[in-house]
Amino acid sequence: MLTKRIVPCLDIKNGRTVKGVNFVNLIDAGDPVVLAKQYADLGADELVFLDIAATLENRGTTLDMVLKVAEQVNIPFTVGGGISSVEHVDALLKCGADKVSINSSAVKRPELVSELAEKFGSQCVVVAIDAKQIDGEWFVHLAGGTIPTKIKLFDWAKEVEKRGAGEILFTSMDHDGTKAGFANEALAHLSNLVNIPIIASGGAGSIEHFVDTFKEGKSDAALAASVFHFGEIPILELKQKLKENNIPVRL
Amino acid sequence: MKLVIINYGAGNIKSIQFAFKRLGVDAVLSNDIAEIKAADKIIFPGVGEASSAMKMLKESGLDTIIPTLKQPVLGICLGMQLMCNSSEEGNTKGLGIFNVAVKRFANDVKVPQMGWNVISDLKSDLFKTIKDKEFMYLVHSYYAEKCDEMIAKTDYQVEYASALQKDNFYGVQFHPEKSGIEGSKILENFLNL
Repeated sequence: MLTKRIVPCLDIKNGRTVKGVNFVNLIDAGDPVVLAKQYADLGADELVFLDIAATLENRGTTLDMVLKVAEQVNIPFTVGGGISSVEHVDALLKCGADKVSINSSAVKRPELVSELAEKFGSQCVVVAIDAKQIDGEWFVHLAGGTIPTKIKLFDWAKEVEKRGAGEILFTSMDHDGTKAGFANEALAHLSNLVNIPIIASGGAGSIEHFVDTFKEGKSDAALAASVFHFGEIPILELKQKLKENNIPVRL
Repeated sequence: MKLVIINYGAGNIKSIQFAFKRLGVDAVLSNDIAEIKAADKIIFPGVGEASSAMKMLKESGLDTIIPTLKQPVLGICLGMQLMCNSSEEGNTKGLGIFNVAVKRFANDVKVPQMGWNVISDLKSDLFKTIKDKEFMYLVHSYYAEKCDEMIAKTDYQVEYASALQKDNFYGVQFHPEKSGIEGSKILENFLNL
């Protein structure tokens, strides 16, 4: 049986991990390779690296980081942040990234999703969608949730699926950072609407939240950052609890 | 030991090369027929779409060479699928090494299957010391049907062949290079065949 995935997300700036990460005694908590290896050993199913300060100038630094991670880490990983061209994706995949995640660039030019899927296959194209509720309706937002668009979340999800996205990473900006649980109602609706895997993101605060997003939210994977980085939720314990709740996990 | 990864333009071969490097083996990337023929072991990778990958194989003349190889060959993911008779993806005629058809998952499950699933009924030295129902990482929309050449099966609404073997030819649907320590053991077993 296919298992539900637990995905720690690491923020990257100039090839280094940012936000304090102190779940174990690490010699260098800013080294993405050290952290990625640690997470792989602790039972993470996949990793996401998000380049939060991506610019054309530091692209080389990120590629170099991807190469180093691929060299040493034996679980799949996705790279996102500032990706807007086929050439850039080609370079990332050639350095060993398994998947790339695109967000604003897809909203600005939806053809990018089709181009990537056609050239590299849907399996490596993750479309990240940030959305917020306005008067009870979900709208896609850009730039970390700061810029609203007129695009409705569910329409956009259908469109990226049609264009060949292999997976959707949905972040609810209303839940992100609250530690009050994932946006399960919207997630469940998404999961029924499209036939590609959905990664839940935004709102993880307790083990119960993960149980809920897999059961009520029908998510295929759940992504979180701080609860893992600060050791608030040890991955092994989380997976054991999920298993006790009859949620299939890799243990 | 000379290990060659067939480089015909399809997919993420860097990860496979790195996985062997972690095992202390330097794999050579090549599309040179003489170099491939001279190798001790050969990896046939592949990610992407079947018909375009097959087209690339044909352009380099590898489609007629691969079925004649005598040394152990391991097809990974799309590589394995191309070694089958045919694929529903792009109505592609395969290399015909494995006598089985590749079909698309029905829409009653999420497609692609993406993530960790178990392999069971393991029947080859490729899986030496690998326990039944070990987890492997898979990403695919098409699958090989159960058949006589099946050496591992996986269940995703339908039971299908997640590994195949015929003589010196091996194929795995999962990504051993991305499947943690256990995946790495399978690559090591391949080197020891």
